[in-house]
Amino acid sequence: MYKFIWLVPLLPLVGAAINGIFGRWFRFSEKLISGIAVGSVALSFLISVAAIYSYGFSGNQLWPNPYVTTQGTFTWIPAGTVNQTLGQAAQDAKQQIIVMIDGQPVPVSTAARGALLNIDWSYQLDPLSAVFMLIVTGVGLCIFVFATGYMHGDAGFYRFFAYMGLFMFSMLVLVMGSNFVMMFVGWEGVGLCSYLLIGYYFNRDEAANASRKAFITNRIGDFGFMLAVFAVIATFGSAQYTNVISQAASYPVEALGHWGLMSWIALGLMIGACGKSAQFPLHVWLPDAMAGPTPVSALIHAATMVTAGLYMLTRTNVIFQHSQTMMLVVALVGAFTAIFAATIGITQNDIKKVLAYSTVSQLGFMFLACGVGAFIIGIFHVLTHAFFKALMFLGAGSVIHGMHHEQDMRRMGGLRKYMPYTYWTFLAGWLAICGIIPFSGFWSKDEILWRTASTTIVPIGWLLWIVGTIAASCTAFYMTRLVAMTFWGREKFREKLAGGEADEAHAHAFAIGAKPHDARLEAAGDRPRHEPGEHVGPIHETVEEHQEAHDEHEHGAHIPHESPSSMWVPLAVLAILATVGGFVGVSTAFTGGRLVGGRLNIVNWMAPVIWTPHAETFFGTKQGTQPPEPTVPEGTDGELARGPSGFNLAHAMESKLGERLTEFLFIGISLVAAGIGMALGGLFYVWRPALADTWSERLGPLYRTSYHKYWIDEFYGWAFTRRTMDLARGVFAFDSKVVDGGVNGSAWLTRLSSLLTGGTDKYFVDGLVNAIGNFVVRLMSPIVRAAQTGFTQNYALVMVMGLLIAVAFYLFKSF
Amino acid sequence: MNHLSSLFGLLLQETSNDRLSTAIEGIKHPDLSKFLVIAAILFIIGVAGVLTRRNIIVIFMSIELILNAANLNFIAFSRYLQDTGIGAPVSGQVFTVFIIVVAAAEAAIGLGIVIALYRNRETIWIDEIDLLKW
Repeated sequence: MYKFIWLVPLLPLVGAAINGIFGRWFRFSEKLISGIAVGSVALSFLISVAAIYSYGFSGNQLWPNPYVTTQGTFTWIPAGTVNQTLGQAAQDAKQQIIVMIDGQPVPVSTAARGALLNIDWSYQLDPLSAVFMLIVTGVGLCIFVFATGYMHGDAGFYRFFAYMGLFMFSMLVLVMGSNFVMMFVGWEGVGLCSYLLIGYYFNRDEAANASRKAFITNRIGDFGFMLAVFAVIATFGSAQYTNVISQAASYPVEALGHWGLMSWIALGLMIGACGKSAQFPLHVWLPDAMAGPTPVSALIHAATMVTAGLYMLTRTNVIFQHSQTMMLVVALVGAFTAIFAATIGITQNDIKKVLAYSTVSQLGFMFLACGVGAFIIGIFHVLTHAFFKALMFLGAGSVIHGMHHEQDMRRMGGLRKYMPYTYWTFLAGWLAICGIIPFSGFWSKDEILWRTASTTIVPIGWLLWIVGTIAASCTAFYMTRLVAMTFWGREKFREKLAGGEADEAHAHAFAIGAKPHDARLEAAGDRPRHEPGEHVGPIHETVEEHQEAHDEHEHGAHIPHESPSSMWVPLAVLAILATVGGFVGVSTAFTGGRLVGGRLNIVNWMAPVIWTPHAETFFGTKQGTQPPEPTVPEGTDGELARGPSGFNLAHAMESKLGERLTEFLFIGISLVAAGIGMALGGLFYVWRPALADTWSERLGPLYRTSYHKYWIDEFYGWAFTRRTMDLARGVFAFDSKVVDGGVNGSAWLTRLSSLLTGGTDKYFVDGLVNAIGNFVVRLMSPIVRAAQTGFTQNYALVMVMGLLIAVAFYLFKSF
Repeated sequence: MNHLSSLFGLLLQETSNDRLSTAIEGIKHPDLSKFLVIAAILFIIGVAGVLTRRNIIVIFMSIELILNAANLNFIAFSRYLQDTGIGAPVSGQVFTVFIIVVAAAEAAIGLGIVIALYRNRETIWIDEIDLLKW
C-alpha cells in the first residue's frame, strides 16, 4: 500500500477541485458537497493507515528507512548545476593547488564544487511523516464531519469545503514532501488556505483584517524559512532530506555562543517556525485568526497547520542539534511563549480567544521540548494536543452553535443541562489539557517538563522547568475558568440580554419579515446560520409579539440546544482519542524504565529520525560505532562544546534521591501544579464567583496588562504599522511632489515648446505661404482669368482644336 | 504623305475611263471612301455650325448632323465588314439604332433645357448666356 501514498494528498485536492469548480455551476446540494469532501478525506485516511501499517508493522523490513515513493514521482524542477558556495564544499574549493608554470609556483583555485540539483516531486514515508499523516487525515476527518453540521445552511458551503480540501492537500504536501522545496510549497499553500479561511466571512471587516494580518505575519516567518532553504541548497547542493540530513550529520557541533553555518540555517528555519507556529514575537495573528469559522480554527489553527513549525524543527533536528545556540533560543522562545500566552488566556472572555491563547501556549510547550532536545516528546505533544485541542475547539463550535452565535463566555453558564454530549466530551478535553492522569495531555506535558528539568542540551533547564510548570498551572486555571463559565454555574444567558450583533441581526431579520431565526442575511460573529424557520428559542407567534418582547427586554433567553449528531459524533471520537491517545507515549517511570509497546510506542517509532551523537543508525544509514567527536572551536572551553555544565536540577536530585523517586517526584509536582490551577479556577468561578472581580480589581495593573494582551498589538501597530504608514506617506509625498512634479514639469515644458512651435508655424510659416500664395494669385489671375470667357462656343472651339491636334498628331506621327 | 495621297485621291474623284470595270471592281473590293468623305463633310458642317451659330436651336441641329455623320460611318463600316466577311457586321447597325434613340432623348432633354433657359433669361442667343464665366 505504501506505493499509493501519492494518492493521499491528491484525493482531497480532487475533491476540492470538484467542489470548488462545479459546486457553484451545478448548485451541488449540501449532501453532495459534504459527501465529496468527507469521502475524499476519509479515503486519504484509510490509505494513510494502510500505507503506514505496511510500512512499519507488516514485517517487510521497510522500517525505519525513509521511503521515497516510486509512483507519482517526477523531476519537478530540473535546476541543473548549482555551485555550493557555503559549508565544507566551499572549504574544499578554497584549498589552493600549486601548479608549476615555467618553473614558477602559481596558485590555482579550483572552482566551487558543483552539484546537480534536480528537485523531485516525491512523497516520503518515514516515522515522522507517518505521525503527521495520521494527525492531518485522522483529526481532519473528524473536523470535516463536524463542519458538515456546523456550516449547514451557509451560502458558501461549497467554497468552504473547497478551501478545506485545498488546505488538506497543502498540509499533506508539507508533511509528506521529500525535500525542502516541497515543504515550502506546502508551507505557502497552508498559509494561503489559512488566509482564505480566516477571511471566509469576508464581508466582515474583522475577518478580512484578521486574514490579512495572518498572511502578512506569516510572510515575515516565510522570509526566514526561504533564506534557510537557499542556504541549505548552497551548502549541501541538494534539497532532498535524505541527502541534506546525512551530510549535515557530519558537520561539527557549534558550541554555545558560536554562530556557524548550522546556526544561521537553524535561525532562518526557527524564524519560519515562529511565524507558522505563532511563537513570540510572531504570535499576534493566531488569536485574531479566530474570526474564521470554528472548524477552521480547530483544523488549521489548533491541530495541523500551526504544528508545521514543529514538523520542520523535528525534520531538521540534525541541523538544530548541531547548534547549541539555536537549541537554547528555541527553548527560550518556547518557554517564554508558553507562559506569556497562558497569562493572556486567563483574562480573555471570548471562548475562542481563550482557546487560541491556549494553543499558542501549548505550541510554546512543544518548542520548549524541541529546544531541550526532546524532539520526539514535542511531536508527542503535537499528537495529543491535536486530539484535545481539536476537541475543545469543536466543542466551543458546538457551544457557539447551540448558544445562537454567542461567543462571549460571560453570557453563557449552566450549559451542562442543555448540551450533555458537548459537555461530557469537553470535560475529557479539559482534563487532558490540564494534565490529569491518565488523560493524554498528562503524558506529553509531564514528559516535556521532565525532559526540561533533566536536559543536558541547554544550560538553564531548571529555570525553564519552573517557567513551564507555572505555565502548566496557568493552563489548568484558565481552562477550568472556561469550563466553569461555559458549562457550570448560573444560566447567565437568561439574565443578560444577548444584545450584540448576533441579536441585532436576529431582530433585524424579524423586522424585515423574515422567518424566525433566519438571520442569514445579516453577518454577525462566527456563526452557523440556522435553517430558515428553525426555531430554537421561545416561540413568538407573530412579528409584533416578537417585537414587543424585544421592546420589553424580555427577549434574550434563547434556550441553548444540543447540536446535531454530525457534530457530536466527531466530538465523541476525539474525546476518546484525547482520553486514551497518551498511551502511545507512556512515561518510562511507570514501566520500570523500559519503553513498552514496541513500535507503537512513539519514542521507539520516532527514534530513527532523531539524530544523536551516539546513534548507531540514523535516518536509515548506518553510522560508525564511533560517534564524531564535536570539534571544539578555538578559544572555547572544551566542556561547553560537549554539553552545558552548571546546575542541573534533575541530576542534582537524582544523585540524592535516586532516579526513580526523582521522576515520580516531578510527576507529582506537575500534577500538583495542575491541581492548584484547577482548584483556583474552581474557587474563583464556581464556589466564590465574587472573588474573581475582587482579585481582578486588587491586581488591577496585572489584570489590565493581561486583558490587553501586554499591548503587543498596540505596540506593533505603533512600531510597525504606523511607521510603515509614515514611510508610505513619505514615499507618496515624494511621488506626488518630486516624481509627479517632474512628470508635470516635463508636460509643462512640452506645452511651452509646442506653444512656441505652434506660434511659429501659425504666424511665420503659414504667413509666408499665404503671402506667396496671395502674391502669385494677384499676379497671375488676370491673365489666367481671361481664358474663361463664359461663351460655350469658345470651350467647344478649344475642344475641337484639341481634337484636331490629336488627329493631326495621329496622322503625322510618322514625322 | 502616304495617308493623304489616298485621301486626296478620293476627294478629287479621279474619273476612271472604264466605268464598268470600276463597278465590278467596286463589287469585288467594296470601297468605303465615298461614305467616309460624306460623313466627314457632314461632321465638319456640324462642327462648324456648333462653333459659329449663336442660336441654340441651330447648335442643336448641328449636333444632330455630327451624330448622323457618326451613324453614316457605322452603317458604312457595317456594310463593308458584311461584304468582306470580317467580324460581326450587325453590331454597327444596332449601334446606329441606339444612337438615334439616344439622340432623340438628348434632343428632348436639350429642348427642355432650352425652354427653361428661355423662360428664365428670355433669350436663346448663346453669347448672351455666359454663366460659365468665372
